[in-house]
Amino acid sequence: MTNVQHSNPILDAASIAKSFGPVRALTDARLRVSAGEIVALLGANGAGKSTFVKILTGALSPDYGRVLIRGKPANVGSPAKARASGLIPVYQEPSLIPDLSVFENLRLSGTSVEPFLEFVTKLGIEDIRLEDEITSLPLATLRILDLGRALASNPQVLLLDELTAALPTDLVENVLKVVREQADAGCGVIYISHRFSEISLLCDRASVLRDGQTVGELVIKPGVEEHVVELMLGAKIDLYQREGLSSALPNSSTPRLSIKSLSAEPKLEDVSFNLYSGEVLGVVALEGQGQDELFEILSGFRRQTSGAIELNGNLVSFAHPADAIAKGLMFVPGDRADALLAERSVHENIALPFSAAGSSWGPLKRRFENERVKHAIEKLQIDTRAQGEVRRLSGGNQQKVTIARWLAKGVETLLLLDPTRGIDVRTKRQIYRLVRELATQGAAVLFYTSELGEIPLACDRTIVIFNGRVVDIIDAKDATEQVLMRAAYGLERQGTEA
Amino acid sequence: MSELVRKNTWTLGLLALFLVLLAFTKTIQTNFGVSGLESLARAALPFAFATAGMAVVVIVGGIDLSVASIMAVCSVIAAVSMPVVGGVAGILIVLTLGTVMGAINGGVIVATKVPDIVVTLAMLFVWEGVALLILETPGGQASDWLQASIQGSIFIPGLPKALLVIAIVVSVVWLPIRRSQLGLSIYATGSHEIAAFRSGVSVGVTRIWAYSICGLFCGFGGLSLVSLTGIGEPVPGPYLLASVAAVVLGGVVLGGGRGGLLGPIIAVFVLRIIRTILTLAGVDPNITTIIEGTVMVSVVMLAAIFTYRGGRA
Amino acid sequence: MKDTPTVQASVRLGRYLRDNPVIPLIAFLLLLIVALEIMKPGMIMPIRVGRNGIFSTFWIGNLIKFAIPLAMLAACQVLTMLTSGIDLSAGVVATVAAFVCATASPLVGVGPSILIALSAGALVGLVNGIGSGIIRVHPLIMTLGTGLIATGCLQVYQRFVISTGTEIPGFLLWLGTGRTLGMPNGLFLFIPFAIGILGLMRYSGFGRLLFALGSNEHAARLSGVRSWQVLVALYVLSSIIASLAGLLYLGMIRTPSLSLANPLLLPSVAAAVIGGTSIFGGRGSFGGAIVGALILRVIDTLLTLLQMPQGARIMIFGLIILAVTAMYVRITGQR
Repeated sequence: MTNVQHSNPILDAASIAKSFGPVRALTDARLRVSAGEIVALLGANGAGKSTFVKILTGALSPDYGRVLIRGKPANVGSPAKARASGLIPVYQEPSLIPDLSVFENLRLSGTSVEPFLEFVTKLGIEDIRLEDEITSLPLATLRILDLGRALASNPQVLLLDELTAALPTDLVENVLKVVREQADAGCGVIYISHRFSEISLLCDRASVLRDGQTVGELVIKPGVEEHVVELMLGAKIDLYQREGLSSALPNSSTPRLSIKSLSAEPKLEDVSFNLYSGEVLGVVALEGQGQDELFEILSGFRRQTSGAIELNGNLVSFAHPADAIAKGLMFVPGDRADALLAERSVHENIALPFSAAGSSWGPLKRRFENERVKHAIEKLQIDTRAQGEVRRLSGGNQQKVTIARWLAKGVETLLLLDPTRGIDVRTKRQIYRLVRELATQGAAVLFYTSELGEIPLACDRTIVIFNGRVVDIIDAKDATEQVLMRAAYGLERQGTEA
Repeated sequence: MSELVRKNTWTLGLLALFLVLLAFTKTIQTNFGVSGLESLARAALPFAFATAGMAVVVIVGGIDLSVASIMAVCSVIAAVSMPVVGGVAGILIVLTLGTVMGAINGGVIVATKVPDIVVTLAMLFVWEGVALLILETPGGQASDWLQASIQGSIFIPGLPKALLVIAIVVSVVWLPIRRSQLGLSIYATGSHEIAAFRSGVSVGVTRIWAYSICGLFCGFGGLSLVSLTGIGEPVPGPYLLASVAAVVLGGVVLGGGRGGLLGPIIAVFVLRIIRTILTLAGVDPNITTIIEGTVMVSVVMLAAIFTYRGGRA
Repeated sequence: MKDTPTVQASVRLGRYLRDNPVIPLIAFLLLLIVALEIMKPGMIMPIRVGRNGIFSTFWIGNLIKFAIPLAMLAACQVLTMLTSGIDLSAGVVATVAAFVCATASPLVGVGPSILIALSAGALVGLVNGIGSGIIRVHPLIMTLGTGLIATGCLQVYQRFVISTGTEIPGFLLWLGTGRTLGMPNGLFLFIPFAIGILGLMRYSGFGRLLFALGSNEHAARLSGVRSWQVLVALYVLSSIIASLAGLLYLGMIRTPSLSLANPLLLPSVAAAVIGGTSIFGGRGSFGGAIVGALILRVIDTLLTLLQMPQGARIMIFGLIILAVTAMYVRITGQR
């Protein structure tokens, strides 16, 4: 590990730990930023980055550890206090009040107008009028205003969270230039981004989080990306075994699902791919690359702006999830809380789709239901000791309930959006096995996961989405974590592949 | 100037609608004149104050179902206290207690974290009970000068005193607040609570303030009730639905953050003059009530369609 | 160290009471009755062994009789609250049904008049359902508005029938005022009704969807439930129940008026809330609401004995709703 000497840290966060119930989001996170230094904070999905950011900005208090700013304890605990101690964040999503004018927003946070305008002009937005209402401004401008407001509040430490994600190239250049100037003037900067190109241009150091722990601090120099990717993935012991590949390449038949140039606001630009029956197709993407929109369209929660969905060669469109279900497309969302009736029983959660149609509002068909529900419970080995209320089950068992629902109903095309997030290894393995088994029986499965190591375990092929487009299609046998991680960050595949 | 027009299109449109309806009134009843205007303004008085209060809490992102009940409490307190302590002291007592009742509503919402709509539904009954405890049947006595203060016109015929009262009260209470940091916080909280919190607004305190301001307006509403009838009336009047409808029609979005107080108050006059027209046209007063109710419900429904679609896009 | 078991025990107790609200409620009801007996000895258990035996079946019969229409209106609140709605038009709908039935009977006969009364109620429910289920107005505002309009319509209607006089169908009188074995005949309507509602909530697909919509509408949608269909049907059903309650109440009170059942609205909400139904949806019990209605009747008697004015009663009912809801939020940490 490269150890960097910190002569004079402005911000010094050490041994930060935070748990949410049984989930340990952070175990030992640390970060030191010196005056004039720009530090990239990196970590794969679920590494604890967003929790760490919330603690630094005062939205959460840590269970353990301390945050010092210029040697004094930072008054974290509320955003107002964190601001007062000199740490000014620019959040991932715009944080200006939509219904107020630019000027009113400045007044609300007590920011002076003159330096704000100066910074905004320098950042390349020249036609800004103070009386403009925030809702009437484009997203890119809002991001610049957010940054301008932060810069004008005399930050000692500036925290920029995915600021450039929504910016066109010319504005990105300005941002990088201004942030560099700010650092040269003595400000410390924490920079969070999915874009390696920016990090290598702008940052001095990178601090890498993995599984809630800071695992390395590197000086940025050419070729450091490989090292960062390695650190983010870690040397994982391979606990998993491949659950068996489907041998036949399915290209011969009509695809079960054929997606053609699908796009939807705000993130999905142009996605096309085929999903065959008997196949598990992985989806790899960093957070917010359009995969949420894709799954919502396929499950009937949202309409596409353009593009087409073909099911077994026929054009389909869904106005309601009921339409998608009728066509055999069943969706397991990323957040279990979205799919479960927390206070109802396991049986009721699994049997819910049986009563959905108006024709089944009458007396419950107990025997019919019991049989199928019992079968699904056994198949997934759901622990039914606390079946009276789903929320008393463990996370893994809750996730199984969301899948069991569709197993009981009978599934043809299963859409899984990060089904293994935050659950234990044993349950994960059961889910891979189940997914493989469903495929063998002829189902088609679309499987998004934020854990890249799962792709070769459960999938036959995987598509990689970056900036709302499919940038690569990778065979399971080639899908090492390095390859996937590079692809997910939009980096070119290394020579031998092409 | 054009900027001002653009920002207030909705309000100006409402004003135009009101003038058209006024002209229409004149055509169906040619002797509709100064006294007609005066009685229109008088009848609109309690509605205007209920609406102003409701508008403030809707802007902060809440709703207060108990406005009519607080007004009832205020009216009975006024009618009971004025014969004892005199008019001016009575007014001060009523306004103070109105504000306190609003603050209690807001405080309970912030402290219990129970949604606004549930808390104020329960408080609707609590305040109604309080009003009945103070005065079981209509009674008491308002000061004569108070009653006179909303009768007739002032300065020029056709400028009803009641209208002037509304204008003065709303400007004196609201304009300074609107311009202050508190006003900004109210709009910010209603518009985007998380962003407001991040900008350093104490969201809970802002809420309590908004409900207190609503309570103060309800105090004025209660005073206007006693000035209209001369006595205190413990049973709440039909001000809840009317104020929600006027707020929505006046361009304040349910959910918060947008709109002002001028639009809703003009909307009150629009809704009131519909009643005047129907009455002058000789429509059965009961049918008038149905039409009024239907108009109000339709207004709220249209607003719901508007925001629902807007929210989805 | 010492804290943990007590905390757990109290959590477990809280959970148990939440799952079985009826048991502590019945205990509370008995406690109230004992208090009543102490305050006014002889009311419930006459010292003299009179015509009603040791227990005054007269008093108990009376208690039940007046709790029945309240419990029926509480059913409207329980069912709508399951989906995190509410039906504030129930009181007016009951009044409309009663008034229409009483005034139409002399004109068209008993059978058709009851049908007209029920359809008038169902019409209000349809508007409620369309407003809150399809257009998505908050049910509280929607039902308040339709209640207001329905009152207006009733006033207009009254002018047309003012000369016809009223007639209360005989079997409604029998249901409302008659007694069998000391118990009110209203039970002949209420017992099948209660069984129906309990069965609907527990053993029907529709009932399952009500719970599902209230506990997580997104999850219900995900499972293919079209919520608007459920909500429209629900509000129509709620209004039909309210109309039935109004007809029964007409038989009890025997004088139709334009505000006959309106005062029952607030207690019906309170009865549902006391009975363990959450105003936020997803949790509710009609059994609890029935006991809640009985409790409110006893509290009412108590307050009358204490010579509490009407205002204090309304205030106390409001505070009960607020306190129970706040307690629920505190316990579960929801919303």
